[in-house]
Amino acid sequence: MRHLLLSLLLLFAAPAFAQDLASVLTTHRNQILKPSRQTIGPVIEALAAAGPEAGPVLEAWADRRLGLVDDRFVILDGETARDAATGAIVPGEAKALKPNSGVRGLISAALVQFQLTDPDPARRRAALEAIARQPDASQLQALREAAPETDPALAARRDRLTRLLTIGYDENPEARLAAIDSFGSETSADFQAVLNPLLATRRVAAASLPEDANIAEELSPGSDALPGAEAYALLVDAGLAPPRPGNAEVKAVLAAHLAEGQVGGVPVAEQSDPARRDDAYAALAAAGTVAPIATAEEVTQALETHRFADLYAEPNPEITSAARAALRGMQTREGMAQAADLTLDALSLASIYFLAAIGLAITFGVMGVINMAHGEFIMMGAYTGYVVQTVIVDRTLSLVVALPAAFAVTFLAGVLLYRLVIRHLAKRPLETLLATFGVSIALQQIAKNIFGTQARPLTAPAWLEGSISFGETVSISSIRVAIFVLALLFLGLFLVIMKRTRLGLQVRAVTQNPGMAASMGINPDRIAMMTFGLGSGIAGIAGVAIGLFAKVTSELGSDYIVQSFMTVVVGGVGNIWGTLAGAALIGGLQKGIEVLNPGNTLAAQTWMILFIIIFIQFRPRGIMPQKGRAAEA
Amino acid sequence: MFIRKNPSVLIFLAVLAVFTLTVTLMSEAYGSGAVPTSMVKTLGKTLCLALAALAMDLVWGYAGILSLGHMAFFALGGYMIGQWLMYARTGEIVAATLANAPIPPTPTEISDGIAGQIFGVVGSAELPLTWSFAGSLPLQLLLVLAVPGVFAFLFGWLAFRSRVNGVYLSILTQAMTLALALWLYQNDSGFRGNNGLSGLQNIPGLTHVPQSDLSVWFLWASAAALALAYLLAAWLVSGKFGSVIRAIRDDESRVRFLGYSVEGYKLTVFTLTAMICAIAGALYYPQAGIINPAELAPIASIYLAVWVAIGGRGRLYGAVIGAVVVSLLSSWFTGGRAPDLNLGLYTVKWVDWWQVLLGLAFVCVTLFAPRGLSSIIDAVKGFRMPNRRGRDLGPDLGALREKEAEA
Repeated sequence: MRHLLLSLLLLFAAPAFAQDLASVLTTHRNQILKPSRQTIGPVIEALAAAGPEAGPVLEAWADRRLGLVDDRFVILDGETARDAATGAIVPGEAKALKPNSGVRGLISAALVQFQLTDPDPARRRAALEAIARQPDASQLQALREAAPETDPALAARRDRLTRLLTIGYDENPEARLAAIDSFGSETSADFQAVLNPLLATRRVAAASLPEDANIAEELSPGSDALPGAEAYALLVDAGLAPPRPGNAEVKAVLAAHLAEGQVGGVPVAEQSDPARRDDAYAALAAAGTVAPIATAEEVTQALETHRFADLYAEPNPEITSAARAALRGMQTREGMAQAADLTLDALSLASIYFLAAIGLAITFGVMGVINMAHGEFIMMGAYTGYVVQTVIVDRTLSLVVALPAAFAVTFLAGVLLYRLVIRHLAKRPLETLLATFGVSIALQQIAKNIFGTQARPLTAPAWLEGSISFGETVSISSIRVAIFVLALLFLGLFLVIMKRTRLGLQVRAVTQNPGMAASMGINPDRIAMMTFGLGSGIAGIAGVAIGLFAKVTSELGSDYIVQSFMTVVVGGVGNIWGTLAGAALIGGLQKGIEVLNPGNTLAAQTWMILFIIIFIQFRPRGIMPQKGRAAEA
Repeated sequence: MFIRKNPSVLIFLAVLAVFTLTVTLMSEAYGSGAVPTSMVKTLGKTLCLALAALAMDLVWGYAGILSLGHMAFFALGGYMIGQWLMYARTGEIVAATLANAPIPPTPTEISDGIAGQIFGVVGSAELPLTWSFAGSLPLQLLLVLAVPGVFAFLFGWLAFRSRVNGVYLSILTQAMTLALALWLYQNDSGFRGNNGLSGLQNIPGLTHVPQSDLSVWFLWASAAALALAYLLAAWLVSGKFGSVIRAIRDDESRVRFLGYSVEGYKLTVFTLTAMICAIAGALYYPQAGIINPAELAPIASIYLAVWVAIGGRGRLYGAVIGAVVVSLLSSWFTGGRAPDLNLGLYTVKWVDWWQVLLGLAFVCVTLFAPRGLSSIIDAVKGFRMPNRRGRDLGPDLGALREKEAEA
């Protein structure tokens, strides 16, 4: 042994440490071999004090890579074993030590200081991450005492971690308060995670609350926060009051003591009266057969004479109030972020409704024709997209093909519907409604027969799959942005067609006065057909857009039809801006109500429809009614 | 006098009586057993649907209000009677279970038990406020009329007062139906969410009566209700009231300028027909056995319109014929009993294609035979409409054209 050490002394330039480590290892040999959580503390400390050389040893020990060859401690590295103190390769069969998890935890805590000053920045970073994952009071000291960090990013990280741990574990309240203040208006998750445990409470019941307790809130029994039964259960748990069994237990006890048709002198037949049951139980208790239970008055009295409160586990009120203030500030800022998020949501919902309704606005608004099959045109568009996707594998290309294809398919369907049905029902709106409804059920069933009842996927291209986010809470999926853009595009397209093209001019003329338009050489029938085709075609494109985020089923259209009608009716017939306003109102309203009643879309829809019914009372012709001679009488 | 002016009423009542008698004599309970109990139930339900169609004909065929919400009133009536059926029946079961215990139950224990049984499925054990009267049959029967009646009155008052008519009104009634259905779908609205009310075919207090007897009793009740409602409707439309509502259908503004309170008439018809629908529903759902919010889907009300249109609007018997023919055909086709049609290349399975056929048939009826099936009866009677050479009945767009008025 001595020879070896001497030779190593020549080989290595750190004789003092090496010797120190070796001697520590030798001194504590037995405890290292058979460690226990209670006794290993001093050994680890001694090892840690032995200098940087001890780092690898501790690390190996924690990783169960510290072994024994004959009498020497070795670090196992795969097949090779190196001497723990000197690093020389040791031949021979090594036996690994297997410390239990408690001991390993202590070792890792001691290791932190080595890892924090490790020359490799990646390891230093890993050490910081490990602390952040499982913060511990013992690490605070290590963080503070570790040598200054050279890498600026890591230095900032370490400083932040030190402050977080200070909030949680420092003994000096001033330091903790300062640490809380130092975070200012941050809303990050790790800061919240440190603050939340500070505000943990436990509920107590006592005759009087302790003077020095940090009371979060004093509760009165019978309030919403603390129902009477719960309060009494607290008293019973604390041993401050006798238990009061539930009715079912009383009944079971009575049934157990049933004898000769009566319990405690009260005939069974009378025991459908709760008062008589109490009498029977009291009689049993008086006879000593059962333990007495608290009567209703006793319960009330016990609740009155005791005090109930939520106490903070953290004794210092200053710290809890600072933490609460910080959290409250965070909530306000988060609320604002959520409001922004909600506005985005409402906007995207509005653009979906707008897209679904714009075709309807054309056919219903401009032509006065109500098309109940509009929803089925949306569905046809979605299925066209699906079919195109099965033919063309590339998703971007298939989407590019699907949009005009859907337009073409539904345009043709619309023209067909107009030629075959609607033309013959001119000026008979109710009949048109019914006939197109017949078309709608037929189309729905045909779709079901062709594509089956299960939902078909219409997958968006990869570049539409992500989401765009601003900050931590505000985010919107790219598909919805695309739909918003599409809605704007169609608004523009509609305006251009209506105001800048010959077709638009003719459509407006026919809308205002078909007879006059006809005598000016316009063919009203052809114009109506084109308009109807255009409206239907846009429904098809809306179908592709909706299919990208919703499941494509034969019922896809009917899910949107009522909302689309609402949009047109609320907005005002015959005015695209009205449709836009209607969509914004309905989308915003639905999201707004969802906030008031979270997680309940059904309720939101119910209230929204109710609102619309009432809204129609005050503006029967919508937000932007048609004016002038064209307006319906 | 009334009968002499309306011989069709007598014919209708006679046909209904013969039908009821025949079914009774062929039923399992009171006759040969040629008609199985399930068929008796289907026929009874069909009579209820015919009753609803009659109401729809009054409000649409006569008054020109295309309501797409009358099936909502039908279902509301069903829900109201269902509350009592379910509460009383569960009460019987709970009382029977608790009676086995050595100690007799307290009233609170019984009502808690009922609430737990009924609402356990939606994770609640408290009886909602809407079930306050569920224990009492007379009160719940009153609610069958009152709830849809008040609801229709309020809705109609709001809508007619602001002159919402035509397609707008149709869409608004559809929205109302959808809102009601969505509300009932929620678990916390107190009607067991999408589970609905079930076990309604077990009538409390009549558990010893076999279903075969009950089904015939319900057939009688449905037939009686239909007969009474038909008489009422025929009497209404044959008098001055009928003339006014037909006039409103043809040109609302003119009637208003003649000094009639158009809103009052419309509201009366709307509320009355809602109540008739509710009665039909209250008779229908004990035969169907279950009711859930899907029954209120807007599509159901549109089907009601389809029946009336196919049968023939503006004729009371037309509505009944339409409802009976279409709903029986529908159950025949969708029940898988119709033989498949082999076209060589493709075999038409009627279960899949019946809806398509119905939709297209409906389009054809609207286009070519606005008077529906009853035009056959007109042809037999040699009845012809005066030819107005295509002119409309009024000066504005709202006024109906000759073709629609013919219907």
